[in-house]
Amino acid sequence: MSRFSKSILSLAFAAVATSAFAFETYKGIGRPATPAEIKAWDIDIRPDFKGLPKGAGSVSQGEVVFEEKCASCHGTFGESNEVFTPLVGGTTKDDIKTGHVKALASGDLPQRTTFTKVATISTLFDYIQRAMPWTSPKSLQPDEIYGILAYLLNLSEIVPADFVLSDKNIADIQKMMPNRNGMKTDHGMWPGAPASKGGIGNGGKPDVQAKACMKNCKTEVLIGSIMPDYARNAHGNLEDQNRNFGPVRGVKTGESTVSAPKNSPELEMATISGCMACHGLNNKIVGPGYNEIQLRYKDQTDAEDRLSRKVRAGGQGAWGSIPMPANEHVKDADAKTLVKWILSGAK
Amino acid sequence: MGNLLEQAGRLRPAPENFLSDEQVKAVASGRRDFLRKSFLAASAALAAPVVARATEGDPNILTNPAWTTSLGQPVAARPYGTPSQFESQLLRRESPGLARVGGASVSFCPLQGLFGIITPSGLHFERHHQGWVDIDPSKHRFMVNGSDDSLIKRPKVYTLDELMRMPSVSRIHFVECGANSGVEWANVAVPTVQYTHGMVSCSEFTGVPLKHLLDDCGVDYKKARYVLAEGADGSSMTRTIPMEMVESGEVFVAYGQNGEMLRPENGYPLRLVVPGVQGVSWVKWLRRIEVGDKPYATKDEAVHYIDLMPDGQHRQYTSIHEAKSVITTPSGGQTLLDKGFYNISGIAWSGRGRIKRVDVSFDGGINWQTARLEGPIQNKALTRFNAPWVWDGKPALLQSRAIDETGYVQPSYGQLRAVRGSKSIYHNNAIQSWKVVESGEISNVQVL
Ligand code: HEC
Ligand code: HEC
Repeated sequence: MSRFSKSILSLAFAAVATSAFAFETYKGIGRPATPAEIKAWDIDIRPDFKGLPKGAGSVSQGEVVFEEKCASCHGTFGESNEVFTPLVGGTTKDDIKTGHVKALASGDLPQRTTFTKVATISTLFDYIQRAMPWTSPKSLQPDEIYGILAYLLNLSEIVPADFVLSDKNIADIQKMMPNRNGMKTDHGMWPGAPASKGGIGNGGKPDVQAKACMKNCKTEVLIGSIMPDYARNAHGNLEDQNRNFGPVRGVKTGESTVSAPKNSPELEMATISGCMACHGLNNKIVGPGYNEIQLRYKDQTDAEDRLSRKVRAGGQGAWGSIPMPANEHVKDADAKTLVKWILSGAK
Repeated sequence: MGNLLEQAGRLRPAPENFLSDEQVKAVASGRRDFLRKSFLAASAALAAPVVARATEGDPNILTNPAWTTSLGQPVAARPYGTPSQFESQLLRRESPGLARVGGASVSFCPLQGLFGIITPSGLHFERHHQGWVDIDPSKHRFMVNGSDDSLIKRPKVYTLDELMRMPSVSRIHFVECGANSGVEWANVAVPTVQYTHGMVSCSEFTGVPLKHLLDDCGVDYKKARYVLAEGADGSSMTRTIPMEMVESGEVFVAYGQNGEMLRPENGYPLRLVVPGVQGVSWVKWLRRIEVGDKPYATKDEAVHYIDLMPDGQHRQYTSIHEAKSVITTPSGGQTLLDKGFYNISGIAWSGRGRIKRVDVSFDGGINWQTARLEGPIQNKALTRFNAPWVWDGKPALLQSRAIDETGYVQPSYGQLRAVRGSKSIYHNNAIQSWKVVESGEISNVQVL
């Protein structure tokens, strides 16, 4: 290596070394967001109501909007289970006092509704504003959302029928949510700082502590649950959901719905009989393509007989000087089937 | 077609039989040019399949099939390649009755037929809350702002052009829906591993560490301890992510998946990658990051993705997936073909780091043996394990148990339920058991 190229090399190294530290700002990348842009997109609302738009709506106003824009999916009273789990139901006057939905512990609930779970009304404002109605999200005005929430709160017996919900009183209403005390964060599944350091949770300590025993770990195997018969067959034909080769097969649990692209029986026969080695469906190999054969003989009524005999006997001259060997291993009837197939546009 | 081995046939004729008497004479008389021509035909015939007698062996060997004796298809016949026509079984599928509308539903990944750790992008599980969208990348914008002006010096907007100019990372990580195995909390409910565990997939993602972008915007890390991620689709899904994870460099804004751009169903053209954390936080169609000083209690962390405990309290902000594993072959809804040797194969993963060990049991957890891990073993990625097994034709109970680098051991159903009950829906990482009966049929059971 010459001195010259060495010095180029060390220069290059120096450049790499500095660039590794030059990433504090990415010149030419990104631009400041304008206030209008931030306003357009920054629609989130926190539990402390940061981000909440001003406005107000009454229970009766909300009822009208809900009936028009929400009831088709959620039911007039937010009770429908058709499209999604019900929005309201399952909470009691007592829950509003305690802030714990009792039925969650007792297991009396057939279905957890939105109001049995949610602790913060901010969550519902935020969500309805960004995502509902489902098919035309972000189409509601703040006053409509206040009204809808007033209506849902009334259905949940949290506010009276003449109530008007607004940015002024929403924080007070949050303090009446039936499951407001129903959340805890003393778990190990938050990947950030723990509560002791101003964050959430216990810093990642798992609640379930299993041991990895290796030999004679128990005296008997307790089966807690087995596959119910109705469920075994409830997911279609499992045979169709596994390969048809390999170490295992899917269990047959119904009629096959797969119309797997299979070769026609004639093509199978032609393949096994060795024809496909010299003939392509649509291309010449040693002999003519079946498409060419079909084209040539399509108007000749006696072609089928003649060609079947030729297939078995072999011959040359029709397509050139290369002969087709005799195919005596092909039964008469099979030769006829094959020729018929060729003349009808082999596939 | 019947049994190939029963088909009668005859031995391959010698090449000279192909020649007519006339041709034989021609050869004898020394007309070499003719011989050359017919030799061409004869050698083709030599390679040509001819049915042999059953006693001689397998016709698949004795008779060359068409693909061995013909010309294949040209290059670029399928400019975007697709799987073989014989691979039509392994598809993403919905679980009947699980969701009421396809736009707020799940399709499960066919784990029962996959190999290694990378999920083919077209088979990656789907979970959408308001349908999936296919966004024009030239119109997509990515914004970083603050819940408060004091938390960020320069709120900024980036285009894909700009993001793709930045230094990129490529990393392999699993994504698992928090509700994976959720229907099985109380009892067996679904027949195959596709439906029990098919809401996990693993890809190589490429993108820009979020930390670089927050640095670029001048975020005040002392005050801004949380990040809100928001999507650009109709649901504009949001989730809170701790700043500690962003600062670690692990969280990134991805545009690439398995060497190409993200698939629309997986967030094209931009999604968040939050390794080890449940899929709902990996916001798809990512349009905005807000830095804040408090968590947000968004719908999917205040109404859903909260884990109901036996005392009626919900755990909020549960995010990490603890170590989990499952045998994918053989598994529920499959049948063993015969007694003898099988390679038991499965996947293991942990949201807390690398998989250290996987044990397998064939007797329902009385005795265990350590499986072989296929390397390299990556951080917060699927890890493939394999173990040899000879099936003696008797009933068996197959299980796998993952241990991660923190020493955490995947629990049994009994151990998990003792602490969390059976109504949680989320974060079911119990040991999966597959019961094998004499017929070879395998079904889903729960061993406590
Ligand atoms: C076309 C059907 C449809 C309409 C109309 C509709 N929704 Fe919804 N709504 C849904 C679906 C589906 C979900 C579940 C979305 C998901 O999975 O994240 C939902 C979820 C919700 C939720 C969250 C419930 C929960 O427990 O997570 C609320 C609140 C809600 N809708 C309110 C409304 C309101 C208010 C309106 C009218 C302004 C409305 N919806 C109109 C279909 C609809
Ligand atoms: C070793 C190569 C070879 C094999 C094997 C072969 N063929 Fe041929 N085939 C030819 C050639 C070469 C010709 C053209 C012969 C000619 O010019 O008359 C031909 C011609 C034909 C023709 C048209 C004959 C005509 O008069 O136009 C038919 C029909 C045909 N083959 C069918 C078959 C079928 C069916 C099989 C399988 C049972 C078969 N061939 C196997 C080489 C082969």
